[in-house]
Formats: sequence, structure tokens, C-alpha cells
Amino acid sequence: MTHSNSVYLDHAATTPMVPEAIAVMAEQLAKTGNASSLHTSGRAARRTVEESRELIAERFGARPSEVVFLSGGTEANNLAIKGLYWARNGTDPGRNRVIFSSIEHHALLDPVTWLAKHEGALVDMTPVDRYGRILVNDLRASVDADPASVAAITTMWANNEMGTVQPIADVVRIAHEHGIPVHSDAVQAAGYLALDFGGSELDAMTVTAHKLGGPMGVGALLMRRELAATPLLHGGGQERDLRSGTISVASVAAFAKAVDVTVSLQGESVQRIERLRRRLVNGIRAAVPDAIVNGDPEPGASHRLPNIAHVTFPGCEGDAMLMLFDAQGIECSTGSACTAGVPQPSHVLLAMGYDEIAVRGSLRFSLGHTSTDADVDALLAALPGVYERAHAANLVRNTH
Amino acid sequence: MRVIAAMSGGVDSAVAAARAVDAGHDVTGVHLALSRNPKSYRSGARGCCSIEDSNDARRAADVLGIPFYVWDMSDEFAEEVVEDFIAEYTAGRTPNPCLRCNEKIKFAAVLDRALALGFDAVATGHYAQLRTDSAGIIEMHRAIDPGKDQSYVLGVLTQKQLAHSLFPLGDTTKDIVRIEAAERGLAVAKKPDSYDICFISDGDNAGWLHEKLGARPGTIVDEAGDVLREHDGAYEFTIGQRRGLHLGVPADDGKPRFVLDIEPVSGTVTVGPREKLAIDYIEGIKPLWCGAIPSGPLEGTVQLSAHGKDHRAIVTVDGTDVRIELLEPASGIAPGQAAVIYAGTRVVGSSTIERTGLSDAAAHEPDRNRQPSPGTARGAVSLGASSAFGGM
Repeated sequence: MTHSNSVYLDHAATTPMVPEAIAVMAEQLAKTGNASSLHTSGRAARRTVEESRELIAERFGARPSEVVFLSGGTEANNLAIKGLYWARNGTDPGRNRVIFSSIEHHALLDPVTWLAKHEGALVDMTPVDRYGRILVNDLRASVDADPASVAAITTMWANNEMGTVQPIADVVRIAHEHGIPVHSDAVQAAGYLALDFGGSELDAMTVTAHKLGGPMGVGALLMRRELAATPLLHGGGQERDLRSGTISVASVAAFAKAVDVTVSLQGESVQRIERLRRRLVNGIRAAVPDAIVNGDPEPGASHRLPNIAHVTFPGCEGDAMLMLFDAQGIECSTGSACTAGVPQPSHVLLAMGYDEIAVRGSLRFSLGHTSTDADVDALLAALPGVYERAHAANLVRNTH
Repeated sequence: MRVIAAMSGGVDSAVAAARAVDAGHDVTGVHLALSRNPKSYRSGARGCCSIEDSNDARRAADVLGIPFYVWDMSDEFAEEVVEDFIAEYTAGRTPNPCLRCNEKIKFAAVLDRALALGFDAVATGHYAQLRTDSAGIIEMHRAIDPGKDQSYVLGVLTQKQLAHSLFPLGDTTKDIVRIEAAERGLAVAKKPDSYDICFISDGDNAGWLHEKLGARPGTIVDEAGDVLREHDGAYEFTIGQRRGLHLGVPADDGKPRFVLDIEPVSGTVTVGPREKLAIDYIEGIKPLWCGAIPSGPLEGTVQLSAHGKDHRAIVTVDGTDVRIELLEPASGIAPGQAAVIYAGTRVVGSSTIERTGLSDAAAHEPDRNRQPSPGTARGAVSLGASSAFGGM
């Protein structure tokens, strides 16, 4: 699935495509036809797109007309937060406030920051507790300070670094008391938790294909029909006039297949992954007694994702450990992959109250549908040597 | 060996890494991030001054098929190099931050980290040559390309550091390195050389210092002490500087004037004629020796700035004090720069220029070419000048 011999423990960055999705994608790539064309090929393409839409809607508890296909999580988050802000601020300039949480992904933080900088939006950040879960009372206070001024509220479903699940139902309840729309970035949760868009009463929700076994470059914003949003892209208006651009039929079909496979297997694979995670965490604790496993320790759909283990190794630097693991074919992450390159302390951990030293000494191991006991064994076998070297390197660094 | 190749994103370090791979080493490419640009909500994943350089380095590593990482050395760099740079200018001296970076970052913080992580050496694209003599002493020599030789900025390295250093380009000229880069399919083959200080954009040192230090008004005076104009900060000036003085009125004799002295406390910058820049001795401090410390007066050469010429000199060491007597007077020598001492092509060591002056005899006879006095012993240090100059 991944590089030969590699032990892939970075499924939260992206997970291998499920074979069924690859097959569907290859089949569709061999066909031609623009879903907007009126002839036979066009109609066939349109049918594939609409069947895909229906399948995804069904699996996520939405209506087909609520599924807007687009390029992925970043675009969906941008469309949701900017689109809602522009639309609601446009009809009532007094709605100039966005409430978001301190642990959002950059794909949401940056559009919010952009709104503040370029559109004059007031942005209120809701703090989180030690597990990385937003403080509902703080959110309520923020809303109650001036409910009429809130254009939108956004809170991710589960955090991408820690896996902590957020109290979406509480957020929705508080927001809807005042008719405020709520968006949730569910990119990490999809595939690992049962998501019911309709039942959640969310107004908009982001999902992306490549985190659940589909291809990169395709995702969806689920958004209630009656909610007005201003598009980011202008053109053919292919997706409900909310999103323009020719739909990638093959991508959408593979996305739907991946959702179908992943959601169907959910209960079974979650149990298996949860068991692997428990072995991994226990093994780490045994090898490095100082190691701290971050986030909510409690398993379950209202606590944390089953597949992410975020661990602080005191006295080590995460990027040194990552490099040493990588040299042995073991792949993990120091945080979200988008921040990789110049290593930056995670804003999520800083928001959770960790100091910068602890933050720099952390690694995220994330499991997925291809993970095996052998992967966990390989990690645990390599860990003592990696830890020892990284610890020594850190001591050297601190003497300079 | 397991080798860290420090990859700046330029052509030299890319070819150096390639040659380390060819030599059979297990090479890992590392780009050193030397600055972070904190922004609100996100702290500059794209804000680093060198993000493009980092990408160039990454692409070179891809072509070589080696792992590649970015190491964040920004804290060390800020503390050891940037703060020192500011402090030196504040004190009226002219630092060389590249030398300082090699001494404190590349061949110290980076090398030590590499060793702790299980690597054996650091390879860089510096133009210098290492040779091990029969006694096992590692000698550093000038590169064969005189236009690119960088032994000056490596003159701060000790035996321990040299033992874990690789300079694969020292035996090659720059034009060959570019050809080799193109043959290897490295996209940086035609990337222009960088000459600026890496942490100052546009080469605007004065503007950068002004931003960091604020206005520190003072005066520019002539040798008689008459005020010629006000200035915003003595740190904008360097000993020997002629351009950009903006004095308005010409000197009495109509000849150009140069910065002769900078007095940092009062901010007084003294200007005068070129001949007053002449010096023939240097007092140096904080010496660092590549190998054995010269036990007696050493007749060799000294280089006094990054692209400066070789000056014949006699060097005498007394503990941490180094006295350098130039056989011919030099001018425009700024305190704070390093005096790197050579025996032929071999680097003996370096010392920071603390003070310069003109000896009484020379002051009365400025054009005289002094010869070494007959009593100068050649000491125990091998000069090796003839052999080192030939045969390359």
C-alpha cells in the first residue's frame, strides 16, 4: 500500500486508498464525458456523479442536495466560513463576528484570520481544556455577549493532532438558540466515527476523501439547502451555484466508494484499530516510562478518535525522533503535515496549555485500515534506540 | 560513514552532498532554518526568509535520492550569530557573521546534534581542502579555486571539528561544480551565488541595523575634530569606508575621505585621508587554532577580511593574545574582523582583530617595505609554503 517495507503510522495525514476505490477510479478514468454535457456520455457521467452524491449523502445522514463536491477539506472550510460570513454579513452588516476554537486546523484558522484582516470580521477564539476539548461555557459566554452579531460558529468534530472529539451537540444547541449557523470540520472524524449530518443538526460539515480511503483532491461540503452562502469560485455554477468547475467524475466515484466501504466496516475496523492503539500506547509506556500520552484517555465516540496516539517524550525533540524512525522505515508525524518543513510548535498543544518544550517533544502516531500488529511491533522495537539518541541530542543542544 | 549534508539550497552544497553520496557515505540532507517569522495564529511555516532555498535544497535531495529534513536552528542562530552581530556593531566593530555561524552553528550546534543522533560527520559546500598528515593531524588548506576559497570563514575550526567535517569541493573550481550540477540534473546548477548576509535582505546592512538598534545620533568629524555632519548611528559605518559618507563639503586638499575611527559610546565617526588608514600591526584576541599553536614567531600570511588579500606577516602568540606584524602596511582593516593566519595554503588559526596601529618607525616612513628582522625564528611550526603552493 505504501512504500515497500515502510511502517506507515501517519494515517491522519493521509491513508492509503481502499482497493475498491482504486478499481472504481481506474474504471472511470477510462471513460469520457462531462457531467454537464447533454449527450449520452455526458448523461452517463452525470449519473455517476449523482449516484455518488446519493451514496455519500446516505452514509453521512444528509440529503443528496446537501452534498457539494469540491477539491477537498481546505476548500470546503474556506467555502463554509467565508461563504457564510459574506452571505450573513451582506444581509445584516451587524453580523460581523466569527466564533471558532483555538484548536482548528490551519485550513480553518487561516480563512478566519483572513476574514479578520481583510473583511474586518471580529473573531472570537474559544479556549480548550487540557484534553483539547472546547470549553462550552466559554463558548456560551462568547455567544451571549452579543448573539445578534455572530455570523457563524465553527468547531471541528475531532482534532487532527490529538483526536479529541468536540461537544458538537452542545455547540449546535447554543448556536441555534439564536439562529446562528454552525459549521464543523469533520475531516478527521469521517471514517472513524459514525457521522450523522442530519441528526447532528449542523448547518455545514466538511469531509474529504483521502482521509478515509479515497483519492486526494476531492471532498465535499455538506450544507443545508436553505442556508445562503456566497461562493468562492465563479464560473459554470456546477454545484448548486455554490461551487464552479468541472466535476472530476472519477474522483467523485472513488470518493463515494471509499465512503461506502469505510463506513460499512466502521464498527469492526474501529474495534481493531482501538486494540492496536492500546497495544501501541502500552508498549510506549513500558519502553519509556516518562512518556505522556496526550488528549482524552477515554475511548468512545464522544471522547477521542480510535486511531490517534499523541505522545510527549520529555527531553526529546519530536523532529529528531521522526528522523530516526524514518531512517528505519517507520513513518509518523510531529503534528499536522501541513506545518511540516520548518518545524513549528503546534498551536493546538499550546492552546491546551503545554509549554513549548513539551510541544517540541511530541509525536503523533496514527493508525488506519492497513495497520497491523506487525506495524506496532516494529515501532516498539525501534523506540528504545530512537529515544536514547534523541535524548542525547537534546542534552547536547541544551549545553550550547 | 553516516553523513549530514548541510544543504543551503545553493549549487555548492548540492554538489557537495552528491559527492558525499558518490563516496559511498550514507547521506542525509539537512536544511538549516535560521529564522522563524512568528505571525498571529500561525508561526511562519511560510514565513522563513529561506523557504525558497529550503525547497531548492529539498529538490536537490530528491534528485540525489537522500532523505531530507529541515532543522530549526533559529534559537541558536539568533543567540550566537545575530545578537553577536548587533553587539559587535554597537561596539563599533565589524563582525563577520559567516565565520561566527561556522564556529557556533554549523560545526558546533549542528555537528554536535548530528554526532549525538548517530552521524559521523557534517559535509558542506565550502571551498576548502582537508588533508591528514603522517602524524594524523588534519590540515585545512585553501581551495584550489582562489576566487572561491572559503578557508577564511572556516579558520575558526579546531581539530575536533575538522575530524568530523567533509568539504568535497575544495579540489574543484566553481565552473566545474556548475557543470557537474547540470550533469547531475540538479536544478540549482545555474542559481546565482549569494553574497549577502543571509539574515539581512537586499544586502542593506545599515538599514537592518537601523531597524534593530534605532537611531543613535552622533557626528562625523574630521581629524581636527570639526563636525562635518550628524548621522543616525555609528553602526552604519565601517573602518575604511569611503562611499556613502555624504559629507557635502570636500576636504581641504580635495581628496576623498575615509572612515578612520568609530567611537561607539559618543557615536563619533572620524574621517580623514587614505594614508591615515595605514596600519602595520594588529593585536588579536580569542585565538582558535586548527592544529598546533605556533610556539615561536611564525612567518606566514594573514587574511583580514572575507575576500581580502593575503598579507605577509609575522605572528607571535602569547597565551590568548596574538600580535601580527605586517611586513607591508595595509589599510581599511576593521576591528571585529578575523585575522586568519596561513602558512602557505595551510590554515594555522584565527584571531579576532581587537586593535590595529602603525608602528612609530613605519609612521615616519610609510612607504617602506619592511623585511623580517634577522632575529625572527621560524619556530617549530612547519610553514610548508612551497609545497603547499605547488602541485595542485
